[in-house]
Formats: sequence, structure tokens, C-alpha cells
Amino acid sequence: MLNIPCPYCGPRTETEFTYGGPSHVTRPEFKSTDIEWTHYLYHRENPKGPYCERWLHSFGCGRWFNAMRDTTTHEILKVYLLGETSQIDEGAR
Amino acid sequence: MQRYSSLNLAWKALRSNTGWSSAWRTPNLRRSYDVVVIGGGGHGLATAYFLAKKHGVRRVALLERGHIGQGNSGRNTQVTRSNYFYPVSSSFFDHSLKLYEGLSRELNFNVMLRQLGQINIAHSLHELEIIRRWANAIQMNGVDAEVLSEADIRKLVPILNTKSRFPIFGGLIQRRAGISRHDAVVWGFARGASARGVDIVQGCEVTGFRQSGDRVTSVETSQGVINCDRVCMSVSNQSSVLAGLAGFTLPITTMTLQAMVTEPIKPVLDPCVISGAIHAYVSQSDRGEIVIGGAADVYNSYRQRGTLAVARGVLAAVLELFPSFSRLKVMRQWAGAVDITPDTSPIMGLTPVRNLYINCGWGTGGYKAIPAGGDTMAQTIVGDKPHPLIRAFGLERFERGALVDEGAASGVAH
Repeated sequence: MLNIPCPYCGPRTETEFTYGGPSHVTRPEFKSTDIEWTHYLYHRENPKGPYCERWLHSFGCGRWFNAMRDTTTHEILKVYLLGETSQIDEGAR
Repeated sequence: MQRYSSLNLAWKALRSNTGWSSAWRTPNLRRSYDVVVIGGGGHGLATAYFLAKKHGVRRVALLERGHIGQGNSGRNTQVTRSNYFYPVSSSFFDHSLKLYEGLSRELNFNVMLRQLGQINIAHSLHELEIIRRWANAIQMNGVDAEVLSEADIRKLVPILNTKSRFPIFGGLIQRRAGISRHDAVVWGFARGASARGVDIVQGCEVTGFRQSGDRVTSVETSQGVINCDRVCMSVSNQSSVLAGLAGFTLPITTMTLQAMVTEPIKPVLDPCVISGAIHAYVSQSDRGEIVIGGAADVYNSYRQRGTLAVARGVLAAVLELFPSFSRLKVMRQWAGAVDITPDTSPIMGLTPVRNLYINCGWGTGGYKAIPAGGDTMAQTIVGDKPHPLIRAFGLERFERGALVDEGAASGVAH
């Protein structure tokens, strides 16, 4: 079971949270191609390693935030607020 | 290949069971092959088997990073069925069930198929309406399905508590559905493939692809570089990683799916029982264990270890349905990393790389598709165009919006 450090409330157990899927998925421009749109809708980064995702502290403060978690160990490497970017994410761009 | 028969068994038993040869060869990797199949799970082995048997491809290598059958082929709950909603799914999965029905004979290896049926139960009148519609669709697809009343279900599964917190209003049974032995399916295909000249190489990890234009020319592995004409990848949860090595992305999310078994007890449960609403399924194995599975864990993971929160939720739901199981001890709990697609249907066929073929996206239900997956992929590789049964399951369906949104894919809600 994960122990997730909510940036507002501190560490809480996984059952207090709702998973929100990948962070930093950007909607393409209106004039995008079918392929760009397909990638936006369906293709996901599915890395074996650090992964940026959103969590909602639904049974707590009720606020969304980002977490970077390793998908091979489940270790939470860092949490950061919505609107912020992770360094790994910037590196990938 | 040493044929297995009762006569042979008795003869070998009289001689203290000496003289059995290994079921498959342990060959050295050659430098060049016609087809390289990556992934030694059921689908990869079945593909290699049908390539050699049906299409006479002589030089086939099957590369497996660890040991064959140690991934999801050895972690599933062994259910085979074809009660799908859409005609494209039905015809593919029923082809698979038919192959399963003849598989022990085909492979000369007892896969211990036991067709005692699968019941999907409805916990409300509305769910029963949906189940009726589903049963009609299955029948229209030419597959067997019957709607059951609560009394019918009580007769088939006397230990089911039909008046619990989750009352039972009726259900749907596919009587041809059943359970077989997953290890036997893997070993049977491996033995058959090896006997027909397929080189099954274990402990060989693929580390990259060498490409020229839009074609793969060779595969880089931990045991050296192999030249090949065609490559098939059937690597389940590692599909995104391998596709990345080949230079394209997939609409796949790797997640955890757990299962567990209790201590063995006397036979109490013939069919497999599935509840979509509470997201749990239960069957009893030949060894007497109660096999329990449920929902996938909610977040991305390659770890192959489930979270306790989900296991607890599944068990709580199962105990409401089967109160008598409350005294059983859970002996083992395990998890597999499954490759989930947006529409819960598989991805099979061609890829952006001309001579690289893909078979993945089985999510929570790939075991039942093993023989048909192998059969159709083998023809797809040889003919360089999708087998008619898998045309709807191509990677390009996401671009066209032609999803096969199969809620029945795992028999439970998604």
C-alpha cells in the first residue's frame, strides 16, 4: 500500500486518494492531424521508471496535486503542485 | 518428440520413470532466422508453433528474457470463454475456444480443459436487462449463452448467498466456458514448437532493433545480434518498452492485476462465477483451491505486486457472495503486470515498422486467446496482412476511431 505525501496534509495512506492518470498531457491545437489527435486521446507514456501522475486527496483536503512515482518500485520520488513541472518532464521536452 | 500415451506412461512407470527425455530442446542461438518471435508466453509460443506447423516456416527463434510461461501466462486464473458482445470479438474468441476444445489432442499434451461453464450474475433488475441484451448478442453471434433465473443459479451454485447485501436477480451462463491448466498450455506449445524445429532460447533479452528504412534488419539481444526477415513481438506488459526501442508508441498502460487462492477444499463450486457489479470472479481449481480475482489496481505499475487495498475489497465482496469461504485461509496472493488498452480489446497485426508484427493489449484476459492468438498471428506474419479474424484489432483502429469497446473483455465492469 502506498504512503502518499500530500503536499497540503502530509503523508496519508493510499485509500484516501483517487488516481487521476498522467500529468502534463497537453491538448493539441484545433487544426491538429488525425495522428496528433490519436496520440492525445489514446497514446500514453508508459515508462518503466519515473512517471508523473495526478492524485486527488478525496478523503482529505480534496485538492489535486502531481506526484512523480517509479513504476518499478512504487517509490514516490517527489510531489509537486498543479501548474508546476517536474524536472524529468522538462528534460523529456 | 516422445509421444505421450497411457501405454507409454505405464511402460515408463514400470521402469521407474527413467528414460523420459526433455519436453523441448535447449538450442544455441543461431545468427540468422526467418522469423524471430519475442516473448515466451502462451501467445509467443503458440505463434511459433503455428508458424512451424501450419506454414512450414523452418527457421523460427523464440526469445524469452526469463523462463517461458513465467509472466502473465503463469499468473492468470485459467478461464477460457467466448461470451463477447461484438461480432468481431465473438468470432475471434470462439475460434480460440474451439481450438482449446481440441488442444490436448492437437498438442498431445493434456491441458486439462474442464468445461463447467461460467455464470455472470446480475445484482439488480437493470443489470439483468443488460445481461439479457448481452445474451441475445452472444446468441446472434452463434455462440452458446443462456439466461438464468435466480432459482437456476441457486441450483447450479448452492453455496452462493443470493439474498445478501448483493442480491442476485439472475444471470447468464456460457456452458462451454471453462478452466484449463495454464502451465500445460505453455509447455504443450513449447514442446510442439521445439519438435518442429523452433529454437526456444531462454535467458535472452532483446535490447534493441537495427533498422534500415522502415524495416527491421536485425534484433540486438543479450546473446548477440540476430539477422531476421520478420519479427513478432508478444511481450504483454513490456510492449511499450519494446515499441519504444523500435521507434513507435502504443496506446497501452501497464497496470497490476492480482489474484489469490485459498487452501484446497472438497469440490463445492463447478462453474466460474463472475460479478461485474462488485468486480470479482471465483472458481475452484482441480486441486480444490478457491481461485479469486478482481479489479486491476488503479495506477500504472511494472512491479508485479498488488496493493492490499484492492485485495481486501475483492475478498470482502466475495465473502458477501460466498459466506462459507470466510473460514478459508488465503494461501497465495500474486499479481501480474497487464497491458491495458483504451477499449479493452487487444492490438494485433501490423505496426509502423514494415516487418514487425505485434500481439499485445490483452489486458486482463489474454489466456483464453492463446491458441487463436498464435494461429492468427502466424498467418498474419506469413501473409504480411492481418488474418481476417483480427482485422478489427489493428493498431490503426485508434486513428479511425473504430474502437471495439468490449465491456465483456474481462467479464467485469471497466
